[in-house]
Amino acid sequence: MIEAVRLQKHYGKTKAVDDLSFTVRPGRVTGFLGPNGAGKSTTMRMILGLDTPTGGDVTIDGKHYAQLKQPLRKVGALLDAKWVHPNRSARAHLKWLAVSNKIPVSRVREVLEIVGLTEVAHKNAGGFSLGMSQRLGIAGALLGDPEVLLFDEPVNGLDPEGILWIRQFMHRLANEGRTVFVSSHLLSEMAQTAQDLIVIGKGQLIAQTSTEQFIADATQDTVRVRSPHAAKLREILAAHATVTDDSASGSLVVHGIAAQQIGELAAENQIVLHELSPQRGSLEEAFMQLTKESVEYHAH
Amino acid sequence: MTLLAVERIKLFSTRSPYWCSALALVLGVGLTAIIAASTDNGQLSIGVTQFGSSQLALSVVLVMAALAVTTEYRFSTIRATFLAVPNRTSALVAKTVVVAFIAAVLGEIIAFGSVGMAKLLSPASDLAINTSGEWRHVAGVGLLYGIGAIIAIAVGILVRQTAGAVAILLVWNMLLEQLIGIIPKAGVKIQAWLPFMNANHFLQLGGDNTAEQAGAGIDFKLSQWGSLGYFAGVAIALLVVALIVAKRRDA
Repeated sequence: MIEAVRLQKHYGKTKAVDDLSFTVRPGRVTGFLGPNGAGKSTTMRMILGLDTPTGGDVTIDGKHYAQLKQPLRKVGALLDAKWVHPNRSARAHLKWLAVSNKIPVSRVREVLEIVGLTEVAHKNAGGFSLGMSQRLGIAGALLGDPEVLLFDEPVNGLDPEGILWIRQFMHRLANEGRTVFVSSHLLSEMAQTAQDLIVIGKGQLIAQTSTEQFIADATQDTVRVRSPHAAKLREILAAHATVTDDSASGSLVVHGIAAQQIGELAAENQIVLHELSPQRGSLEEAFMQLTKESVEYHAH
Repeated sequence: MTLLAVERIKLFSTRSPYWCSALALVLGVGLTAIIAASTDNGQLSIGVTQFGSSQLALSVVLVMAALAVTTEYRFSTIRATFLAVPNRTSALVAKTVVVAFIAAVLGEIIAFGSVGMAKLLSPASDLAINTSGEWRHVAGVGLLYGIGAIIAIAVGILVRQTAGAVAILLVWNMLLEQLIGIIPKAGVKIQAWLPFMNANHFLQLGGDNTAEQAGAGIDFKLSQWGSLGYFAGVAIALLVVALIVAKRRDA
């Protein structure tokens, strides 16, 4: 279990992480969601003792990372796949990691097998594609067979096959009872990967909830209606729901009542309908709506 | 011991230490070869065999030692290191010990290699190492390299960039300490307390060749072994500062 209590990280006047509290539970994949620059990586670095918090505290099973005797056996992390010397072979990279935590060197071959890098183990990591680098990073994280796993944007830049592989892999790790904490700036990705979500923006907590709940709360179901008698229909529907005009397509967007009721109302009033289609709110739109205030850099 | 093994694996699984060692060997022994070749047979002495090792090759070793740290920052493997070994001080001390030891061994190889090269090219010269002063002059090169490596690592930790660290070390060792001698009167007095000057003082053989050797004309206040101790003291002090900074700094 990872527990952050009022965690803060300030750089001068910039508050990268601001009074952030959350818990990450074992046996589940917990998504750490937020737009770019929200403070996800900074938070992860503080969990791992790389950065010192300005205030607050973060612990792993009640201990600071620095207090762990052989940390790789407790916590496996992939913060950046490029944290490898380009002229060092994948095997040598994993070997020194293993030796540092008294992990049997035979484990190196096992993790290379797990991530499918056995064939290129002797090759220099500098020549690896992004996907291969990610796999090597994951191999490093798995080396000590840790209970807690942290991944920072693991699917960034991966092809669909790689994304699927990582997604299934994280589920397997969580099913084994491990704590899996994975960050992303894509809600659609998290919706398919994480069971729980911790959503942050501008370093502050926006929500900590199950993914299902978050999506239900964040997305609104609407119905698109097109009719030659739009004005009349609008009048009728306004009594039951919120109606907005979609001027681009000349249709009405109705929020608050179901498509079935709209159809019945139209029939009662003898209004011809050309389209009646329920719309599921897009996750990305909802997420943007939620984090709009907290996005650091806007495009204009 | 574990951490020493880790740093050994890290160092020898990349190519730069091999290249730097080879370059240091070629430059160190090579300069002696040139000197030997241009000196009449029989005229060569122990005092001129270590110009290459104590000046030119030393710079390469300083660069090698600095690289051992700065490449870790360059490729962020220092973060991977701190994740594996959260006690940063012990991780960095282990690295220092391994690199300084390798530098020292390399120093001995270059120093005695230079004497060997001189013997080979000038067989008639008296190049036997007899007096304690001659032993110090040759075998002392290893100590110089080891301590120099500690300074280079400390600078590497503080600066974190290869270019910056290398520039500082080379200018400091090859230029700055010599140039300070230009300052009228005070220059020589200051030089008596500069670390690399003291390192050269430690190696000084005395006798006929004294005037040609580095550090000549400076009135050192310390004995030769005292100068080595001073050089080592400066190195350790610098390393302690670097370790404190590394511990406090966000990785």
